[in-house]
Amino acid sequence: MATIIVGMADLKVAKAPDILTTLGLGSCVGITLYDKINKAGGMAHCMLPTYKGFEGQSIAKFVDSAVIELIKQLERLGIQRRSLVAKITGGAHMFGGNANNDLLKIGERNAAAGLAILKQLAIPVIAQDTGGKHGRTIELIMDTGALKIRTVGLGEKFI
Amino acid sequence: MSDEHESILTKHLDVFKEIGNIGAGHAASALAGLLNRKITMSVPEASVVPFSEIVNVLDGPETLVAGVLIDLSGELNGYILLLLGMEDAMSMVAQALQEPRRDTSEPTFELSHMEQDTLLEIANILVGSFLSAISSLSGLGATPTVPQLAIDMLGAILNIAMIEYGQIGDSVLFLNTKFSDMDGDINGHFFLIPDYNSYKILLESLGLEG
Repeated sequence: MATIIVGMADLKVAKAPDILTTLGLGSCVGITLYDKINKAGGMAHCMLPTYKGFEGQSIAKFVDSAVIELIKQLERLGIQRRSLVAKITGGAHMFGGNANNDLLKIGERNAAAGLAILKQLAIPVIAQDTGGKHGRTIELIMDTGALKIRTVGLGEKFI
Repeated sequence: MSDEHESILTKHLDVFKEIGNIGAGHAASALAGLLNRKITMSVPEASVVPFSEIVNVLDGPETLVAGVLIDLSGELNGYILLLLGMEDAMSMVAQALQEPRRDTSEPTFELSHMEQDTLLEIANILVGSFLSAISSLSGLGATPTVPQLAIDMLGAILNIAMIEYGQIGDSVLFLNTKFSDMDGDINGHFFLIPDYNSYKILLESLGLEG
């Protein structure tokens, strides 16, 4: 079993018995896709909602382009799109302050972008743990499809 | 676009180092008053760090840190993010309050209101000093807003810096300033995060580009 780290603005796919993890999600979102038949899946750690307007930059940085790329890479492993389910985490509001400030509300927009692209691609979102004021570290366990969430001060849970 | 951004910043690191120097000089004397002891500062380092490596600056993305974010508005818009390792933050707080230093590794560790306010005041001094250095060199005025404190994983706190820079490129300008007193060193990590337009204005006003 290997634990594969997904960096910021990065995405990776893996099969059982491996674990995909990304550390310290704040306003970034972590999106995972999983196929229980093949026990395989993918994870993306995205910073901004949409690729539109940023063409030429890394596609893993943006929610919409990262989800599309994850699906492509999973299809290359022989996985069908219709067997995938999604989980979405992160999108926190780490600093208080001006509620009308676009940058500080980015977490919310990232989470909304995730839900929108997954709906458009007809991939069901079976669990969501977004928002709040805290960071999250997530692990997608390929054997079971469980997603473990670790926080500072708020403990651990599975979704 | 991202390569261009990185090479422009890299070319002018000495200028940002000088900003750090002037700022740290102001901060050292202000801190000495608050902490009741002589503070010396060493020459800061300025670097352009890719997103993928930035979390290694302070022992990895899950390290517990204190982050203070200050909103800038005026001729220069954007943010200054100050990061302090939890040990460093608490040792400054303990000195300012003249209390024994607390163990930050306890699972129930949490800051009291008094400690939070003290930490914000320290951050105010550090960021204010840094900001006045930028203003005096660039001639640009910027008013800082009330600072916001977050104590959490390093990666989560850094997201905000990277998201703003993420719209320009894949790396961020980073200034590390070291303050020393009788008990040891304290590192203050500054991230200067101008918004997209202010980034250009700043470089032009410093006489660097444009």
